[in-house]
Amino acid sequence: MARVLMKGCEAIAEAAVRAGCRFFAGYPITPQNEIPEYFSRRLPEVGGTFVQGESEVASVNMVYGAASAGTRSMTSSSSPGIALKSEGISYCAAARIPMVYANISRGGPGVGAIQPAQQDYFQATKASGNGGFEMMVLAPATVQEAVDLTYAAFDYADRDRNPVLILADGVIGTMMEPVELPEMKSDEEVAAIKESKKSWACIGHKLDYANRAWIQPGHWLTDEMQKANEDAEEMYKSWEKDIMVEEYMVEDAEAVIAAYGISGRIGKSVVDILRKEGKKVGLIRPITVHPFPYKSFDKIDYSKCKGILDVEMSIPAQFVKDVEVAVKGRCPIDTCLCSGGNIMSREAVIEAVNKIIEK
Amino acid sequence: MELIYSRTKTIQEDKVSGFCPGCMHSTVIKLIGEVLEEMDLVEKAACVLGIGCCGLHMDYIAYDNTTAPHGRACAVATGMKRTNPDSLVFTYQGDGDFASIGLAESMSAANRGENITVIFINNGIYGMTGGQMAPTTLIGMKASTAPKGRIAEEHGYPMHMCEILNQLTAPAYLVRTSCNTPANVIKTKNAIKKAFQNQLDGKGFSMVEIVTSCPTNWGLDPLDSLKFIEEKMLPEFPLGVIRDK
Ligand SMILES: Cc1ncc(C[n+]2csc(CCOP(=O)(O)OP(=O)(O)O)c2C)c(N)n1
Ligand code: SF4
Ligand SMILES: [Mg+2]
Repeated sequence: MARVLMKGCEAIAEAAVRAGCRFFAGYPITPQNEIPEYFSRRLPEVGGTFVQGESEVASVNMVYGAASAGTRSMTSSSSPGIALKSEGISYCAAARIPMVYANISRGGPGVGAIQPAQQDYFQATKASGNGGFEMMVLAPATVQEAVDLTYAAFDYADRDRNPVLILADGVIGTMMEPVELPEMKSDEEVAAIKESKKSWACIGHKLDYANRAWIQPGHWLTDEMQKANEDAEEMYKSWEKDIMVEEYMVEDAEAVIAAYGISGRIGKSVVDILRKEGKKVGLIRPITVHPFPYKSFDKIDYSKCKGILDVEMSIPAQFVKDVEVAVKGRCPIDTCLCSGGNIMSREAVIEAVNKIIEK
Repeated sequence: MELIYSRTKTIQEDKVSGFCPGCMHSTVIKLIGEVLEEMDLVEKAACVLGIGCCGLHMDYIAYDNTTAPHGRACAVATGMKRTNPDSLVFTYQGDGDFASIGLAESMSAANRGENITVIFINNGIYGMTGGQMAPTTLIGMKASTAPKGRIAEEHGYPMHMCEILNQLTAPAYLVRTSCNTPANVIKTKNAIKKAFQNQLDGKGFSMVEIVTSCPTNWGLDPLDSLKFIEEKMLPEFPLGVIRDK
């Protein structure tokens, strides 16, 4: 298929449309305005619906409604707006409603900065709303990966009947890169997906108590609520098989960079530069940041490895907490951090890696 | 013998309502069920419940329903209706839900003229959480968070949602009814019918505001509650059609 030059936000929206997304609701916030703008042009062309919600709260709930009625649906925002969506996401998770949302994250906390950041890691992977639910969280490092992961996200969401989060950052969202777009699902395929949800979709059923659709974002009876959480936990455990990770030159590495998203991409370029100098550097880049590829860190030869370098655009470091769990104290972990909308500098990463190697 | 009345089949026989004795939520649920059956709409019904006592019947209605986060029913209904125009999408919300926490969603859906129906239960109080002040609580009326009663200087005045929405251009039908007398029950039923018909006709946003009782949190028995509606609630919330396009 032909390659086209696209901005990350628009590519994400186009990938969603190709995956059969036919409903989008969102509210303006930088740096992701191109997502709702693109959907507003594109969805009417394919018989879909775009709504500019009156807020992020309204938008996520419109998606909850559309997805509860069986349509592949999506919303997006950036950090402060994602915080507002958290109740709605929790409802979708509780009611087992498949939906996809994207966080094109920016500086925080508070209104933060409109420039790219990775300050939402804990929120994305540990507590995206009340109630302790979990989601698959996909973290692209290129526009192509953003496209592929968005396309796949709808399948994961439908398979599990659970929300899926695309955790990107302002760099991925606003950068233009050549991409190969996935196959456009035909109208028949999109209709078949919707048809397959008819038994549980809240759209009207024959008068029969047992057969009605009952979307339940909670339970009156404590045993039923516990059972729902136990079932959800089974699903979370099943994600082990879905882990995606880039392991790059790890086996003989004396220093391993651990990073996700745009920091992972910068980290990989550092590996290439330093390998040319004969330095043994590797990279572990989780693509699913949840489920986290803890086992990838077992592939490090700790008899040779002098240290791990956690690289992230967040102060304080957050991703490092998962790296610590994975490394289990087998070698020291340094950090290379920036924040506030500053983009990770390759030079800073090189310097930090050299410090480890020269130990 | 001729059968002149039977219970609506939209309420499941072996399930128990969670409503207190004398609560008019149950009256309205019955009316909705009767209308759905009479208009042959059960198979199309997609009900979005608010959070509050307005959601206590989720377990015993026999038609499709979902529960929205507190206040967000009109947004959830928007997503449902836009993607399934053939469904009959209606929300069932209390005054805390519709007129306080959900004000933005309610106003915006009305302003967009969403082709949905809102059944808005104005009982002047937060029922489920134990009688806190609602945006519709009357001046002087006691609430668990307004122990001296609602004071205008501190709390402002009761909100009149029909009249507020009447400032917008898009809504098709705005009506206020009650269930305090048999005649008013019949009027409420007819209003619900008309509101559903509007949706079938693609007319856009319709709202039936129903002035009801909450005997438990009003601290009145069901009969005195009827008197309270007549003497206190209805002068503040006059019944009638506010808009009919
Ligand atoms: C976000 C959120 N805030 C608060 C609550 C607690 N809560 C449950 S019901 C309710 C009030 C309901 O009052 P109303 O909408 O008037 O309905 P009623 O019970 O009177 O029918 C509140 C505040 C909640 N469930 N969710
Ligand atoms: S608390 Fe009030 S509104 Fe709730 S069921 Fe009882 S009487 Fe009805
Ligand atoms: Mg109330």
